[in-house]
Amino acid sequence: MKPAPFTYHDPRTVDAAVDLLATHENARVLAGGQSLMPMMNFRYVMADHLIDLNKVSALAYLRFTGDAMQVGAMTRQRELELSGEVGQRCAILQAALGHVGHRQTRNRGTIGGSLCHLDPSAELVNIAALLGATLHAASRRGRRDIAFAEFAAAYMTTCLEADELLAGLTLPLPKRDCGYAFVEFARRHGDFAVVACSVLMGLDREGRIADVSIALSGLGHAPVRPAPIERALLRQRPGAATFKAAAAEAGKLEATADAYVTAAYRQHLARVLTYRALETAAARAMDYAHG
Amino acid sequence: MADIRTITLNVNGRAYAREVETRLTLVDFLRHELALTGTHVGCEHGVCGACTVLVDGVSVRACLMLAVQCDGAGVTTVEALSAGEKLSPLQQAFQDNHGLQCGFCTPGMLMTLTEFLRDNPDPTAAEVRAALSGNLCRCTGYQAIVAATLDAAKRIRENA
Repeated sequence: MKPAPFTYHDPRTVDAAVDLLATHENARVLAGGQSLMPMMNFRYVMADHLIDLNKVSALAYLRFTGDAMQVGAMTRQRELELSGEVGQRCAILQAALGHVGHRQTRNRGTIGGSLCHLDPSAELVNIAALLGATLHAASRRGRRDIAFAEFAAAYMTTCLEADELLAGLTLPLPKRDCGYAFVEFARRHGDFAVVACSVLMGLDREGRIADVSIALSGLGHAPVRPAPIERALLRQRPGAATFKAAAAEAGKLEATADAYVTAAYRQHLARVLTYRALETAAARAMDYAHG
Repeated sequence: MADIRTITLNVNGRAYAREVETRLTLVDFLRHELALTGTHVGCEHGVCGACTVLVDGVSVRACLMLAVQCDGAGVTTVEALSAGEKLSPLQQAFQDNHGLQCGFCTPGMLMTLTEFLRDNPDPTAAEVRAALSGNLCRCTGYQAIVAATLDAAKRIRENA
């Protein structure tokens, strides 16, 4: 028996869950448990109240509405990984999920749990930044929407208030015929990435870059969408010289160091991975154009 | 004061009702309360995979679930694989291919692969390696484990 003592709550509805959260001190919300449970086993987290969302069935859903995907916070990573419709309409999400932990952790792990844990180099955090997700928070005071760009308050700290939980998110879908790539460097398959880069790229009829999004994670406490690099790529022809220039700029982005990885090495990875992601996304976009 | 709940669940086809402290992990429940010590405890923080069991047919890390979360669920552990002394095809293939040395990681490997071969009866070696990325073995170097899995898949297909 490892976690420190707590009182366990397993509400069945969102209303009951936010009531519990509003009325209990030092309460933690439990999603899939693939990050919080280890932290509790280590007694790094010692909650007095554990509010388990696994029986709140209204938080597990996957719907497509127009150009967006609506995902419940408690939707398992494994469900997203295996969904045929996600594969067709948001292939980059499945490309990223292939790097998230392992089969057993994806069976339990949820998209909302991963976003709230907010590991700087978590793959789902990267994808939420790339697609410009809108997060839907719930509390007894009501609901509010949070743009993903505003979500990270600090290192592994979200801007959710103490009485709020993440109920779901809206992920704008990539345009059809958009090339995509997700690349990362991790020391072992399934580990958190040191640095990850995702790219979406659309081409115009002349084969020039019509729109492009880039998200780099692992450099700082939150993923970066380097707008100047994205802008400089517009109307360019895809190719080694263009991508090399963009990658060189990515290698100059600010990066932090920790006990294992220096800032210079993270910048090196940002340069290399940006080049590879642009190259792969462009190749896919060209395939779609000619297919 | 301890937070206690009564749970009922089915483990390996047998029904149990037990009072548990809510902070008790599933793996400690299986080992200490039900004396099913086939499931091993390794890292206790979700890295090594030794404690892998199936909950309602899905592989999970039993150190990252609470016993109370399995109220009403069906749990399958390594003890369910063999029929008495007769090993399952997967277990027999592990023995025949030297897929284990000390055997500590083996229960987790077997449970992960039981789910994997059910979903993917004719895997490639690369798919086996990906499926096993969450199960650490410090003895064998994985070669024999992958060979055992491919051999097991073949045996199961041939007997189907």
